Amino acid sequence: MDFGRRVLVLRHRRISVRLERRSVVVCAVLALAAAGMAVLALMTGSYQLSPGQVVSALTGGETGLVHDIVVEWRLPRVAAALVFGAALGVSGAVFQSMLRNPLADPGIIGFSQGSYTGALIVILVVNGTYMQLVGGALLGGMATAVAVYVLAHRGGVQGFRLIVVGIGLSAMLDSLNTWLILQADLEVAMAAAAWGAGSLNGVSWDQVVLGGACITVLLLLAGMLSRPMRQLELGDDAAASQGVRASPVRLGLIVVGVALTATVTAASGPIAFISLLAPQIARRLTRTAGITLAPAAFVGALLCLAADYIAQHIAPTPLPVGIITIMLGGGYLGWLLFTEARK
Amino acid sequence: MTTLSLRHDGPGTATVPGPRRRVTGLVLALVALLAVLVLSVMIGSTTIAPSVVWDALFHPSADIDQFAIRDYRLPRTIVGLVVGAALGVAGALIQALTRNPLADPGILGLHAGASFAVTVAVGLLGVRDIAGYMWFAFAGALIVTLMVLALGATRQGQSPTVMVLAGVCVGAVLRGAGSALELTNPDAFDAMRSWNAGSIVGRPLDLVWPILPFLAVALILAVAVAGPLNAMAMGDDLAVAQGVRLARTRVLAIIALTLLVGGATAIAGPIGFAGLMVPHVARWIVGPHQRWIFAYSVVLAPILLLASDILGRIIMHPSEIPVGIVTAFVGAPVLIALVRRKKASGL
Repeated sequence: MDFGRRVLVLRHRRISVRLERRSVVVCAVLALAAAGMAVLALMTGSYQLSPGQVVSALTGGETGLVHDIVVEWRLPRVAAALVFGAALGVSGAVFQSMLRNPLADPGIIGFSQGSYTGALIVILVVNGTYMQLVGGALLGGMATAVAVYVLAHRGGVQGFRLIVVGIGLSAMLDSLNTWLILQADLEVAMAAAAWGAGSLNGVSWDQVVLGGACITVLLLLAGMLSRPMRQLELGDDAAASQGVRASPVRLGLIVVGVALTATVTAASGPIAFISLLAPQIARRLTRTAGITLAPAAFVGALLCLAADYIAQHIAPTPLPVGIITIMLGGGYLGWLLFTEARK
Repeated sequence: MTTLSLRHDGPGTATVPGPRRRVTGLVLALVALLAVLVLSVMIGSTTIAPSVVWDALFHPSADIDQFAIRDYRLPRTIVGLVVGAALGVAGALIQALTRNPLADPGILGLHAGASFAVTVAVGLLGVRDIAGYMWFAFAGALIVTLMVLALGATRQGQSPTVMVLAGVCVGAVLRGAGSALELTNPDAFDAMRSWNAGSIVGRPLDLVWPILPFLAVALILAVAVAGPLNAMAMGDDLAVAQGVRLARTRVLAIIALTLLVGGATAIAGPIGFAGLMVPHVARWIVGPHQRWIFAYSVVLAPILLLASDILGRIIMHPSEIPVGIVTAFVGAPVLIALVRRKKASGL
């Protein structure tokens, strides 16, 4: 069928992939922008480097101080911003598509707060490793997702009811998190509080590699679910008539979406609003009717990296990246509500 | 519509109690408030007998328990009483003004606006006196009120859920901006930290006196607009037909709301959810009668706040849970229950 959009079809034996040309171009441009932003972030700091030095350090041409600064100090943070940003973008895209609402952000409906609660409990009770944190964050996020869904269910789940239930639960979880931090020893509490604003300050190579591996698997799963996800947007009945079984797909989407948020939260704390912004910006850039995953991932990565760059350099002391994203997201949300209201 | 039905079969008319029952209920509520006030002075890290409380008030001596009462428990209780009453009336006012049953000064971001303004005043401009920074709290609450009302307005009138989302969004942004300020000026904001958690502990009565006249003015304004708000509950057109001046009523109600929320936040910091459920309880008791709802809210909200505070003192004894955390745990389930009702948008 031709909907007037140029489509590229790649075929290899039994596998074929349909790509919309505009989406491919947008993704390529975003990837270039992200690469440029990454070089800029690797250059800037108390020890300034030239773009040439950065590129040669990345390709193994430098040794000594320049190599250490680029590869050991600055690269983990840049890589984390890119990978985590992509994960948050896709997570937001999954929830916005599934709940058919542009405001269905894991941070607004409580999933991020639930992940944070799970991770906090792991820190305070067993002082756990990164993978234990991921487990705690995953359990907390899933439990919150189940609670929101059950509480919002009343002869079907209505989008706005789900969001208000989520706002209520996230207020309770916020309070619980505040109280948990108050209970901890001062040193742990201070680390937990800084982390709670969403910060890439303490990210290490271990977390980037482990988190990156988890996120890669999850992104592949999300990619496999993206076609049935788009069909579910038409409604359960229409999707069923096209051979999509709604319940297993939806369960898979919830697990993937929460797991993506939880993996990021366990490493950097809840970075607000990227999952809200990225899918919407991607949709406007690609001019697609619905939510698409790949452009959302690229926008998320670019946003997170840019926000972290601003957070590090806007004030005399580096700020948590979450503070910058919350302001970007809030401004966007206000604009969205304002324009929607005027329609 | 061919016939004009004058019968109103809503739950309101069937259960509206007579004036006598309203007065009896109010007296009972006052007795309960008195009991909670006494308990709040008695209960704490050590429980103090009522007789000692009596002596501390009327026969002062240098006794250590009397010292605890006069310097800690009594100010805490009075702050809870004043802040609770202000937040209760503010909740009733904002629910009537927006015709939104989910409205609450905390959920709609008014606390966040007042808090951010106080953070700017104390942290950046070095205003240390409450008589100075209360003006910032009023301004912050006013600006957010106007923003949320504008954002929540659609062509079809006010949309309760859009307004809630607008408030949550404005609140999130202001809290983010507030923490950015705090993280960049750690020294100046050391004093703000306990204030930002929303608590009635360690607030000397000197903080209450400058605010009290403003709260009194706000209460008078609230009572003055109660009648017009009753009429506006039926819709703007009917209210105009009854001679209500819409713009004047809205402006007065917004001024009262600003003074109540700004004043309460200036004293105690942001305490969420206290204004959400009390007006609903009042409405169940007295029916849709705004003046009585205000009267009940003045009495019931301090009961809720002080009871939450007492609960926070004993539940994790010997450590204490700040009252804002307890009210969130009491209030959020109420929000969820309200949105689960069939007619979530009805007031």
